Amino acid sequence: MTSYIIRRLLLVIPTVFFALSFLFFLFFTLPGDPASLIAGGANRKVDPAVQERIEARYGLNKPLHTQFTDYWARTIHWDLGDSFLSQRSVNDILGERALASIRLGIWAVLIEVVVGIAVGLLSALRRYSLSDRITTVLTAAASAIPVFVLGFLLQWLFAVKPNQWGWPQWARLRTQGIGPNSWTLFFIPTGDQWRYLILPAITLACVATALAARMTRGSMLEVLRADYMRTARAKGLRERDVIMRHGMRNAMLPVVTLIGIDFGTVIGAAVLTETTFSWPGLGSAIANSVQARDLPVILGLTLAVVIAFAIINLLVDLSYAWFDPRIRLGKGEHS
Amino acid sequence: MTLVEPGAPTAIGGQPEPTGAEDMGEARPLRADVWKRFRRNHLAIAGLIFLILLVLAAIFAPWITSYSITERSTSYRTGPSSAHWFGTDAIGRDVYTRVVYGARVSLKIGFVATFLLVTIGVVLGAISGFFGGGIDTLITRVIDIFLAIPYIVLAVAIASVFGRSENAVILVLGLTGWLALARIVRASFLSLKNLEYTEAATALGFSRNRIMARHILPNALQPIIVYGTISVGAVILSEAALSFLNVGPQDPTPAWGLMVAQGKGSLSNAPHLLFFPGAAIFLTVLAFVFIGDGLRDALDPKLK
Repeated sequence: MTSYIIRRLLLVIPTVFFALSFLFFLFFTLPGDPASLIAGGANRKVDPAVQERIEARYGLNKPLHTQFTDYWARTIHWDLGDSFLSQRSVNDILGERALASIRLGIWAVLIEVVVGIAVGLLSALRRYSLSDRITTVLTAAASAIPVFVLGFLLQWLFAVKPNQWGWPQWARLRTQGIGPNSWTLFFIPTGDQWRYLILPAITLACVATALAARMTRGSMLEVLRADYMRTARAKGLRERDVIMRHGMRNAMLPVVTLIGIDFGTVIGAAVLTETTFSWPGLGSAIANSVQARDLPVILGLTLAVVIAFAIINLLVDLSYAWFDPRIRLGKGEHS
Repeated sequence: MTLVEPGAPTAIGGQPEPTGAEDMGEARPLRADVWKRFRRNHLAIAGLIFLILLVLAAIFAPWITSYSITERSTSYRTGPSSAHWFGTDAIGRDVYTRVVYGARVSLKIGFVATFLLVTIGVVLGAISGFFGGGIDTLITRVIDIFLAIPYIVLAVAIASVFGRSENAVILVLGLTGWLALARIVRASFLSLKNLEYTEAATALGFSRNRIMARHILPNALQPIIVYGTISVGAVILSEAALSFLNVGPQDPTPAWGLMVAQGKGSLSNAPHLLFFPGAAIFLTVLAFVFIGDGLRDALDPKLK
């Protein structure tokens, strides 16, 4: 088991290296050079002396391969460089942005797991009932609505309209920014914070919740037909134990896989959600820095996301062994 | 499939993609049967009808609108009226006209980019699964590396390199969207290449290209068709996201995502600027989801 984890962690290294190197070279093929961008403008004329100074300061006048090796030499020591635009250290930006994203992400995943699995389970148990049909249509709808359209719809319903209708202050949700940024136990909002948190959290959770519900339903339907379910009933177990202990545990495997794979989707949704709600997290920072071509920020934040992605996938794989003891990690073929 | 393989963890047993290659043993249903089962799915039929209407609207756009996409009136941000069915935008353009012409943009990007990604995914997945060995390792590694980059970061990054136009978006989405499909096709080819009829074809001395194209591909087609259908919707959704993040087609182009982005400042006083293009994206993607689901159930009734 330990050697499996170590092997997997070692495999992350080349993947991260090539992914980041690809992005590095991609941004160097961009038209327009970063030096003139730093000097002050996309199209404005830049004094050649200023441009030269900037190129020297950021090492942009060196040959590309030297810049490339310099970049990795710094990155290995977890020095992510300074932002071209704000001159701030990317490590600082990452630290503060990641906190906001993780808080939002925790709530989104909680919604995804609780609502998604509950709805999927009920749907499967009452197959073809009215509530099952409604769920089926709603989950399809949730996977088809663009994240930002849903975000604006919620803003309109729960923030814009309550303002126009003169609802009491506490019932008007907030749509812009993170608010007072007051938390307890890291992620539980205190004071007014929940009014800022609730809409982006729902928006971010939406797609993933729909997918989790769909997957739980499908996987549970399959499990319900299994022989061991009949055996469990024949043993005289209570129906609740049959479903929860024998059914759910077996049905969860594909759902956990999905939640792991979904992390990529969640990051995509996070970029759009955070942009829509001006939530100061990693997603909106990545979107802004890509538009501004702020290379150190793009590479630094992406590096963090790629590593997080790899670790989550590893955790997902490890959880298989817990859900299904027949799976032995690292032992080759499984049955 | 072994768990130690780095590519495997996200595709164990093919569960996330229920249209895997496990059922290839049974006879393929006749086309008429598929249509019969598809027809019974009301949502899929509704999706198909909506899609047909949308395609007609896109083709006959000049006949069903009375303005051009750049024509400005003197009323700004006015709500829906008899002169402007969907109202006017911030500089007085007719929103209905722009939404209808926007269907051309979205459908073109959706179909062309999907054609591109299906072609790349099928060819690379087939080569990878059929030949195995070094080329397989190479392709699997490349897929792993690109899947390690969150899709939207990759797409936004490449989009900012190719420039901001419809064709650039087609290239971006086509070049980044094939990864998952290649894995599915690879898995199908891996399991199909050891079946008796493939061995028989090999024994008969057919070339490997012929075996891949004529013997294996037809049996691996089912998941490809379903994936391709849902992909068109997914591509349209991604295109909207890129337009929204301002790395898609630029202003006079009536891309729906761009229209939503342009309207976002007017949420409180002119919500129709966001509502109509937003609803257009939603309904179009939903239609493809329903059609894709219907096709999957019709092609393989066991999975329902």
